[in-house]
Amino acid sequence: MEWTVRSIRDRVASGKLQSREAVERFFARIEKIEPQVGAFLTLLKETALEQAAKVDEKIASGRPLGPLAGVPVAVKDNLCTTFGPTTCASRMLENFISPYNAHVIEKLLAADAVIVGKTNMDEFAMGSSTENSGLKKTCNPWDISRVPGGSSGGSAAAVAARMCAAALGSDTGGSIRQPAGFCGVVGLKPTYGRVSRYGLVAYGSSLDQIGPITQTVEDAAVLLNVIAGHDPRDSTCVSEQTAPVPDYTAGLETPLEGLRIAVVESFLEGIQAEVQQAIEEALRLYQKLGARLVPIQMPHFEYAVSAYYVIATAEASSNLARYDGVHYGYRSPRAGSYIEVYSKSRDEALGAEVKRRIMLGTFALSSGYYDAYYLKALKVRNLIRNDFTRAFEQADCLMMPVSPTTAFRFGEKTADPLQMYLADIYTIAVNLAGVPAVSIPCGLDRQNLPIGLQIVTAPFTESMLLRIARMFEKSTQWHSCMPDIAK
Amino acid sequence: MSESYKIVVGLEIHVHLATRSKMFCGCELSYGQPPNTRVCPVCIGMPGVLPVMNRTAFEYAVLTAMALHCQIASFTKWDRKSYYYPDLPKNYQISQYDLPIGRDGYIEIPEEGGGTKKIRIRRVHLEEDAGKNIHDLGGYTAVDLNRAGAPLLEIVTEPDMNSPAEVRAMAEELRRIVRFLGVSEGDMQKGHMRFEPNVNLHIRRGGQVFKTPITEVKNLNSFRALEKSIAYEAHRQYEEFLETGQTLQMGNKKTFGWDDVQEVTVLQREKEEAHDYRYFPEPDLVPVRLTAEQIKELESRLGELPLQMQKRFETQYGLIAYDAGVLTAERATAEFFDRTVRLGAEPKRVCNLLTQVGLKIANELSVRVDQLRMTPESLAKLAKMTEEGLVSATSANQIFEQIAREGGDPEAIAKERNLIQSSDSGQIEALVDAVIAEQPQAVQDVVQESKKAKKALGFLMGQVIQKSGGQANPKIVSQILQAKLDALKNP
Ligand SMILES: [Zn+2]
Repeated sequence: MEWTVRSIRDRVASGKLQSREAVERFFARIEKIEPQVGAFLTLLKETALEQAAKVDEKIASGRPLGPLAGVPVAVKDNLCTTFGPTTCASRMLENFISPYNAHVIEKLLAADAVIVGKTNMDEFAMGSSTENSGLKKTCNPWDISRVPGGSSGGSAAAVAARMCAAALGSDTGGSIRQPAGFCGVVGLKPTYGRVSRYGLVAYGSSLDQIGPITQTVEDAAVLLNVIAGHDPRDSTCVSEQTAPVPDYTAGLETPLEGLRIAVVESFLEGIQAEVQQAIEEALRLYQKLGARLVPIQMPHFEYAVSAYYVIATAEASSNLARYDGVHYGYRSPRAGSYIEVYSKSRDEALGAEVKRRIMLGTFALSSGYYDAYYLKALKVRNLIRNDFTRAFEQADCLMMPVSPTTAFRFGEKTADPLQMYLADIYTIAVNLAGVPAVSIPCGLDRQNLPIGLQIVTAPFTESMLLRIARMFEKSTQWHSCMPDIAK
Repeated sequence: MSESYKIVVGLEIHVHLATRSKMFCGCELSYGQPPNTRVCPVCIGMPGVLPVMNRTAFEYAVLTAMALHCQIASFTKWDRKSYYYPDLPKNYQISQYDLPIGRDGYIEIPEEGGGTKKIRIRRVHLEEDAGKNIHDLGGYTAVDLNRAGAPLLEIVTEPDMNSPAEVRAMAEELRRIVRFLGVSEGDMQKGHMRFEPNVNLHIRRGGQVFKTPITEVKNLNSFRALEKSIAYEAHRQYEEFLETGQTLQMGNKKTFGWDDVQEVTVLQREKEEAHDYRYFPEPDLVPVRLTAEQIKELESRLGELPLQMQKRFETQYGLIAYDAGVLTAERATAEFFDRTVRLGAEPKRVCNLLTQVGLKIANELSVRVDQLRMTPESLAKLAKMTEEGLVSATSANQIFEQIAREGGDPEAIAKERNLIQSSDSGQIEALVDAVIAEQPQAVQDVVQESKKAKKALGFLMGQVIQKSGGQANPKIVSQILQAKLDALKNP
C-alpha cells in the first residue's frame, strides 16, 4: 500500500518524500480521475500547497511533526472550514464561507495534514446515495453508472479512487459505513460522544458522529487518534475521565483470542445472495482464526428505521430552521414580506428530500402528535439500546452486512423513498444506540462491486473494534482491490 | 343592585441575569454597545455551532428559585422552543419546558399596614434571550444580536394579586430579592426586568360571579407602567363587560400593548394564536443534575432574604418600616448596618448616619456602601462617640463624610478638626450661671412653668452652647441647667 496514510506519513517524516510532492501527486490524479467521478465540491489546491509548504519547512528546520504530516486528506462538505465554502451540497449554502474551523479541521491541521478538498454529499447529509446533492453528481469509481452510496459519497469515492489518502465523513444513519461499503474502503463511525461535533453542520444532533474513511484499518486508527477526544465546545462529547482516548494503533496487530461474534440469523435472509455469501464467508474465516459464533436475537431491530425517521427528522426540522435567508445563505430575490423571505428562500434553495424530512419532523413534533411519534420513537430507541447491551453481554462484537445490496444504479430508488430508507436497516440501529461500528471490504459481487462487512462493538471500545477488523484485513486481500479507474 | 369586582392578576416576569458572559457562549453581555459587536458564531446561529451551558447562570437561577421558596429540580434539561422571527437566529430558543429549575414556590410581599402576603410562584426557568429588531431605518428592518443568547430568567406567578398596588409591590419585592442575591442588577432603565401581567376581573352580580376574558399586557419595563396598565385594564374590562357581557372562554384571551404616552392599553391580537412551539429536548446539551451537596452549598449562599431582614430590623432594632426598607434595599447596606449594630452601636443613630450620609456619598461615587473607606468598626465608634456626647450629630455627619472619602479614625479626626464637645462640668456650670444671670425673663418663664417654659428652656440651652463656642456637650449642659432651674423652683 504505497499511498496509505501510514506510508505517506512515514516517507514524509523520514525525508524520502516531500509533502509538496505528495500533494502534487494527488492533484495530478484528481485532474485525471475527478471528471469521471465528481467526488469534490471544492478543490483546495492553493491552501493545500500552503499547508504542505509548512510541513516541509518543519522538516527542514527539524521541528517535531504531527501524526498526519503531509498526508492529503479530503473532508465532507458539512465540516466547517474558513478556507473554501461549506455548502452541505445545498443551494442554500452554495456561497457560504464559515467564520470558523470545525474542531476536527483544527485537529487535522494541528496534526500537519493537508486538506485537498471538500467532498460531495447528499444535501445536509440526508440520503443514502449522494443523489440528493443539490450541487453535483458523484459516481461510484467501481462503476460510474452506479451511486457511491451516501451521504458521505464524495468522501468514499475520493478514497476509493485514491484521489486522497483518507477522508472524513459524518454518519447519522450509516452515512460513513454504507458509502465505504459501496466503494470498497474502510469506514468507521465512532461511539457517539467520542469525536466533537463542533463545526459539523447538524442533521440529527443526537445521532451525528464524525469518522474516518480510509484504505486500511490502520489508517482509520491513525485518524481516530487525531480526531477523538474531549472538546469543551461540545457538551455531548465525553470527558477524558469518562472515556480516556487510548492509542488506537497500539495492539492493532494482535488478534483477539477467544473472540465471540454475535450473529442474528435473520439478518442474512432476503438480501442479495452474493452479500449473504460474502458475510458467511467472513464469519467462517473468523471461526478459522479461533472465533466463536453466538446466535442472538435483536428483537427491536425491525422498528429501527421507523424510530430513526422520526428522531432524525424531528431534530433536522429544528436544526435546519436557521436556514431562512435572514442572516446568511440564500435569500430569494422574489420575497416581498419577511414571511416570504422565509418561505420563498427555503422553497427555492432546499431540495425535495430535505423538505420531505423537515415536514416529517415538523409533523412528528406537532402538538397532539408528539407522544404518538417522537416520544414513542424515543422509547423504541431505548429498547434498541438494550438489545445491543444484551448482545454485548454475550459476545464481543456483532457482525452483519452494511447494506442488503451492493451499489445500485442512479435513479433506481429515487422514485420510492421508503425503499431507500429501508436499505439502511443495518446501519441505522447502530446510530440509535450510539455504539461504534466499522465497515470493511469483504468481497466483490459478480459485477465487480464491493461488499462491506459491518462490525459493531460496545460504546468506547473502538480499540477492540479495530483489532477485530484488522484480524480479517490481515487474512484477506479485499482491501487492496482497487477500481480500474484508480489504477 | 350592588355590584363589585375583584381584580385578578398573574405575572410573567423576565429577569436578565448579571453573569459576565451569555447563556450558551463566551460573549460578554452587552448594554448599549454598537449593534452586533458582542456576538460569535454560537449566538448568531452559524451552521455547525453548539451551545455550552453557563454554569453561573444556572446557579443564579437556582438561587433565585430558592429565594422564591420553590422546589428545586435535582434533574433538569433543556428544550427547544420553535418559532420563526428575525431576531431569533436559530429560529428556536433554548428554554426549559417540562422540567423547570424551580416550581411551586411563593414570594412574600409587604402589605400596607405592616403585614405580608404570599404570592404563589408557579415556575422559575432559564432560557436564552432573543436579539432586537430595529424598525426605524426607513424601509428596512435591521437585527441587533448583541442581546441574543443573554441569560434570561422567567418567573411565572399564580393569579394571586388583587390590585395594581399589590402587583407593583410584588415586582418591587422581586427586584429587591434579585439585587440582594446579586443575580441581577435589576436596572429598570437598562431593561433588566420585563413584566407581562395577565389580568381579568371577577364581577359579583346578584349571587353570581362573572369572570371577564383575560388580557395579557406585553413587555412592560417600569413599575409605573405595570401599575397603571393594570388599573387601566381593570377599568376597561369592567366597561367592556357592562357593554358586551362577554365572559372568559377558551381562546378569547387578548394581547395588549401599553402606550406609555397616552397611558392606555392597545389591542395587539384579538384572539390568542394557537402557537405550537413544538418543544422537544435539546439534543446538543446534556441534562443538568444537582446533588444534595450542591443544593446545600447553594442554600448556604442564600442568606437572609430582604423582607426577613427588614422585619428583623424593625422588631430587633426598633426601626420604623421606612428606615428598615431603605437599609434592606441592597444587601451591602443591610449587612453593613447589621454588622455595625452588632458591634454595640445604637441602631437608630447608625441608621441615620448610613442613610443620610453613607448612601448619599456612595451614590455620588457610584459604589456600594461597603466600598466606601468607612468600616463597620469605625462607624460603631463614631455612633458611640455621638451617643456619649463627645461629638454633636452634625459633627458626626462631617466625620462620616471625611472617613468615607479619605479613611481615618473618628476620634483622631474629631480631635484634629476640633469637634470634641466639652464635658467639663465645672466649666459648663460657670457658663450656665452666667446665662441664668443674663436672661432673667427666660429663667422666669421656666421657673413659673408658663406657656413659654419649653421654648425658654431651649433658648437657655442654646445660649450656653453658644457661649461654649459649640464645644459643650449638650447632654451635660441640659443636666446642669435643669438642676439649677429646679433649685430655683423649690428654693
Ligand atoms: Zn456569542
